[in-house]
Amino acid sequence: MTTTTSTPSATTMPGAGAVAARRGGLYAAARLPRGTAWATLAASWLVTGGLFGILDAAGASDGFNLVGTIFFGTVLFDVAIWSLALLVEGRRRALDRLVTSLVSTAFVIALLPLVSLVATVLQNGLARFDTAYFTESMRNVIGAGGGGLHAIVGTLEITGMATLISVPVGLLASIYLVEYGRGALARGITFFVDVMMGIPSIVAGLFAFALFALATGNPGIRSGFVGAVSLSVLMIPVVVRSSEEILRLVPNELREASLALGVPKWLTVLKIVLPTSIAGLVTGVMLAIARVIGETAPLLIVAGFTASMNYDLFSDRMMTLPVFVYTQYTQAAGLHAQAAVDRAWAGALTLIIIVMVLNLAGRVIARIFAPRYGR
Amino acid sequence: MTTDTARRGGIRLGDRVFAGSAATAGALILIVLAAVAVFLIAQSLPALGAGPGELPGTAQNFWVYVWPLVFGTIWSAFLALLVATPLSIGIALFISHYAPRRLAQALGYVIDLLAAVPSVVFGLWGIVVLAPFVQPMYSWLVANLGWIPLFAGPVSGTGRTVLTASVVLAVMVLPIMTAICREVFLQAPRLHEEAALALGATRWEMIRMAVLPFARAGIVSAIMLGLGRALGETMAVAMVLSPALVVNMFLLTSINPNTIAANIALQFPEATGVSVNALIASGLVLFLVTLGINMIARYIVGRRRAFSGANA
Repeated sequence: MTTTTSTPSATTMPGAGAVAARRGGLYAAARLPRGTAWATLAASWLVTGGLFGILDAAGASDGFNLVGTIFFGTVLFDVAIWSLALLVEGRRRALDRLVTSLVSTAFVIALLPLVSLVATVLQNGLARFDTAYFTESMRNVIGAGGGGLHAIVGTLEITGMATLISVPVGLLASIYLVEYGRGALARGITFFVDVMMGIPSIVAGLFAFALFALATGNPGIRSGFVGAVSLSVLMIPVVVRSSEEILRLVPNELREASLALGVPKWLTVLKIVLPTSIAGLVTGVMLAIARVIGETAPLLIVAGFTASMNYDLFSDRMMTLPVFVYTQYTQAAGLHAQAAVDRAWAGALTLIIIVMVLNLAGRVIARIFAPRYGR
Repeated sequence: MTTDTARRGGIRLGDRVFAGSAATAGALILIVLAAVAVFLIAQSLPALGAGPGELPGTAQNFWVYVWPLVFGTIWSAFLALLVATPLSIGIALFISHYAPRRLAQALGYVIDLLAAVPSVVFGLWGIVVLAPFVQPMYSWLVANLGWIPLFAGPVSGTGRTVLTASVVLAVMVLPIMTAICREVFLQAPRLHEEAALALGATRWEMIRMAVLPFARAGIVSAIMLGLGRALGETMAVAMVLSPALVVNMFLLTSINPNTIAANIALQFPEATGVSVNALIASGLVLFLVTLGINMIARYIVGRRRAFSGANA
C-alpha cells in the first residue's frame, strides 16, 4: 500500500506512459522518478517488519525476526519494483529493474549468513573468552572451567609444521614453473596443482593416515606430524598458485638486466626475483595458512583428540582448535552441557579471530609493500 | 683459462643444483597426487573383498555399504548447487556490472571473507542458528505442501535435515563460484558491452547479449568447482545433518542419507579393523569422483583461457 503512494509524479500522466509502454518504446516512456527504488525498498522492509512485529506481538514467534524481515522484505521489493516499472515504464525497463533488484538481492542474501554468523560467534563466544581459557587445558576438568590452551598449542605446532613442509616445496615448484618450466612437466604441474586444490580435506587426512599406517605398521596411528602432512597436501597447491602469480608479476627487464651483468640464473632468482616479490609471497603464505588453520576433518581423523597438553608432534594424540570446537560441542551432555558449549563457542571465536587477522594482515602487507611501477 | 672453466663450472653447478631442486619440488607435487591414489587403493583393498559380517552395519559387500553414502553425497551437493548457482551468478554480476566501481573490490573482499570462515564454525552456526530458524518453515511446508513427495512428512523437529545441510553447503561454496564468475564477467569484451548499450539496450539486455554468452564456459566450470567443494565438504554436514544409512529424497524429515565425507568423520575415531579399510575405500570413491569433476572443470577453464587471451 505504501509502495503506490511513493510514486505520485509518475502517475500524473498514466495514459502517455501506458501507450509508450505498449509500443515498447524506451525513450518516449515515462520514467519512475529517481529514488523510487530506494523508497520501494524501505516501504517493503517496513511492511514485512510490521508483519513480523504483529507476529511477535501475538506471541507466534519468540523475539522480533530481523533476518526474516530483511529477507522477505527484499523479496517483496523485487516483486513491487517490477510491477511498478511494468505499469509505468514498459516491459523492457521493468525486466531491467527486476534483474537489477534480483542481483542486489542475491548480494544481500549472501551477506546475511556472514553477518549472522559473526554476530552469533561474538555473542556466544565472549562468555568464556577469558584468561582461564588461554592458560588451562582440559585435563581433569569435569563441568565448568578448563580451557583450550592444549588445542591452541596443538594448532600452532601442527600448522607451523605444515607451513615448514609446504612453503619450501610450494615456493620451489612455483619458481620452477615461472623460471624454468617448459613443456609437458610444467603443463602437467600447472594442471594438477589446480586439480589438487579441489581434493576434499578428508581425503587428504585419509591419505596421510594410510601412508603412515603402512610406513609404521601401526594401524591405529595418531600424531600431530601425520596431521601436519595431511595439511601440507592441502596447503602446497595454494602456495604454488599464489607464488606463481606473484613471481609472474616481476618485470622481465629486471631479470634481463641481472643476466646481462653476468649474474648466474640461480643468483638472479635468489637476489633479484625473490626480494622484489617478497611481500606478495608472504601474503600468499599467510592466506594459505589461514586456509588450512581451520581445517577440522583431517585433524579429527589423524591427530585425534585429547584433554591433555602434548608438545610432541611425533607421538600421541594432539588436540587442535577446530577439533576442540567440534568435540566440545558434540560431547556436551548432561549437567555441564552449557559449560562445554561455551568452550566450543570460545574456540570458534578464537579461530575466527586468527583467520581474520591472518587474512587482513596478508592483504595489508600486499597493499603496503606492493611494487609500484611508475609509468 | 683454467679459472675461466672453473668459474663456468661453478656457475653451472649452482644453476644445476637450483634448477634441479626446483624441478624436484615440481615433480614432488605430481608424486604426492599419485601417492594419494596409490596409498588409498592399497588401504582399500581389504574392504573391497570383505564379505558380510566384516563390514559395519549389515552390508553384504562394500558396494551395498557405500551406495547410500554416494547417493547422499550427490544429492546434498546437487541441492547445494541449486541454491548456490543463481546466487553466485547474481553476486558476481552485482560486483562486476552493477556495484559502483570503487566499491566493487571491497564487496569482493567481503564475499571472500565467507571463504575464510572455518567449516566447523559453519557447522555450529548451522545447528544453533539456521536449523531453528528454518524449522517453522519446514513445518509449514509439510503441513501445506506435504502432498509433493519432496516435502513429505513427518517433519523433523530439529530442522537438521538434508535441506538445511545443503543450504550451509551452498553458503560455503558461494565464494569460489562467485570468484570465478566475477573473473569471467570482467573479461567480457568492453567494446561489445558498449556497442550493445549504444544500440539502446537496457543494462540487462546488454548483459544477456554481450556478457553471458561470453561467460558460459566460465559459469559451467564455476559450477563444477563448486560441485567438487560441495561433494567433499565434511564438518558442516557431519554436524548439521541427523544421518541414517538410507536412500531417500525427502527434504524435511529427520531420516536423511549421510554423505561419504561426513560418514568418515563420524565413524573414523571409533573404527577398527576392516571398518577402517571400508572408510578409506569410501574416501577413495570420493577422491575419484572429485578428481574427475575437477579435471573436467579445469580443462574447460584452461581451454577458455587459451582462446580469450585475456589471462595470457
